[in-house]
Amino acid sequence: MKTDVSKINEKSKWQDITPGNQIYGGGTSKEFNTGEWRTSTPVLDEDKCVHCLLCAPVCPDSCIPVADGKRLAFDLEHCKGCGICAYQCKFGAISMKEGK
Amino acid sequence: MAIRERLSGNEAVAYAIKQINPDVMPAFPITPSTEIPQFVSTFISNGEIDTEFIPVESEHSAMSAAIGAEAAGCRTLTATSSCGMALMWEELYVAASNRLPLALALVNRALSGPININCDHSDSMGARDTGWIQIYAENNQEAYDNFIQAFRISEHKDVRLPIMICQDGFITSHAVENIELIEDDRVKAFVGSYEPEQYLLNPDMPMAVGPYATSPYYMETKMAQNTAMKNAKQVILDIAKEFEEISGRKYSFFEEYRLDDADYAIVIIGSAAGTTKEAIDELRAEGKKVGLLKIRVFRPFPGDEIAKALSHTKAVAILDRSEGFRAGGGPLSAEVKEHLYDIGASTKAVSYIYGLGGRDYRVDDAKKVFAELYDMIENGIEIPQYQYIGLRK
Ligand code: SF4
Ligand code: SF4
Repeated sequence: MKTDVSKINEKSKWQDITPGNQIYGGGTSKEFNTGEWRTSTPVLDEDKCVHCLLCAPVCPDSCIPVADGKRLAFDLEHCKGCGICAYQCKFGAISMKEGK
Repeated sequence: MAIRERLSGNEAVAYAIKQINPDVMPAFPITPSTEIPQFVSTFISNGEIDTEFIPVESEHSAMSAAIGAEAAGCRTLTATSSCGMALMWEELYVAASNRLPLALALVNRALSGPININCDHSDSMGARDTGWIQIYAENNQEAYDNFIQAFRISEHKDVRLPIMICQDGFITSHAVENIELIEDDRVKAFVGSYEPEQYLLNPDMPMAVGPYATSPYYMETKMAQNTAMKNAKQVILDIAKEFEEISGRKYSFFEEYRLDDADYAIVIIGSAAGTTKEAIDELRAEGKKVGLLKIRVFRPFPGDEIAKALSHTKAVAILDRSEGFRAGGGPLSAEVKEHLYDIGASTKAVSYIYGLGGRDYRVDDAKKVFAELYDMIENGIEIPQYQYIGLRK
């Protein structure tokens, strides 16, 4: 049974592709680094950030982790650089820089 | 003991569905297939089966719901005709490429326009490249027998493809004929229960169905899908053999009728084969060596087998009940000719179009085709490579 999705990649032969590209196992989207698509990157200014935490829920890719009432660094493996977080931050703590 | 009955084609297929007792049937009515979901609903209301019937708002929804149910792990089917199938177009591909072995009872009807409710094969022929297995019936008995075999073929682990069981609208679907049904317990034992390896409602193995596949994956996926279609050939033969054991009726990719020693042959699909057989019997009585090859399985296309079975003939007429609009004949003729060419056959092949929108095809029409083949070979008379049968001109 081809259940390990991490074994299927762009080098896989046709015989190793699951029927209908079905993906077996839960939470496999973590393996899919959407961060590769990014053409602009959010940058956090720690001094300006007041940890209001309003940026975290608006990120469509859940790339702003929160722990103990504080936001942590961006998950750049999955951040697609859409800029929604920067638009949302009313404290000017997030700016978008060109490129990865 | 087999059960002797008199049923229409739609009743026969509905009866097969009742015996199979599938898990889910989403359906939307369209002439001439409407009776199938109608009969099944009655079986459900009477408590004879426990199929979940979903009355959807369109055929697009019917096929979408069927895909969802099948992916969830349910044995699923639906029924449609003509424009109903056209509205399923996108989902036909989704069902096949997601490798979901659901079944479709298709009652062949002409596509609009002009709007017409009678038989031709333009609906299923248009869908010939969607990745569905296609099996056609000459009469009610075959429609029933093919349906009993459907899930065994489509659900086979080497196949896992959706299957279309086709019968001719009105001619087969509404005409009542004698039929031999198989006892319920034997059908149930033959069809068995559906045990998919992976399915969405399996709590032990979560899964995703129908993910986006970028170009590095797409071609490999298509090759895997096409290989499943290739595998279906052997499975169809194996299941036919098993079916013969419970029914006594023999099935293969196609039927050869008095073809062994024939010099001239007609290749045809569906109910018109019966008319052609009548013409052949009459011509044989006059000593003319004529025969028939009736296609049962169109997808996967048993091209080499067809070409070999025809290769000893001097000439064949390939009769399509749908226009291909390639300005040169229908799809069946194109594919048969391709394979005759591949095996280097010396048989001459000519294309005909007949029966569009329910136009009658009579014994005399078949005789005329044989006469043209004879004239072409024996008298050197040139005939058009592509013509309509029974066209007023
Ligand atoms: S919205 Fe701005 S200020 Fe608030 S937590 Fe996010 S980065 Fe910090
Ligand atoms: S740029 Fe978009 S994807 Fe990246 S962290 Fe901000 S909201 Fe999320």
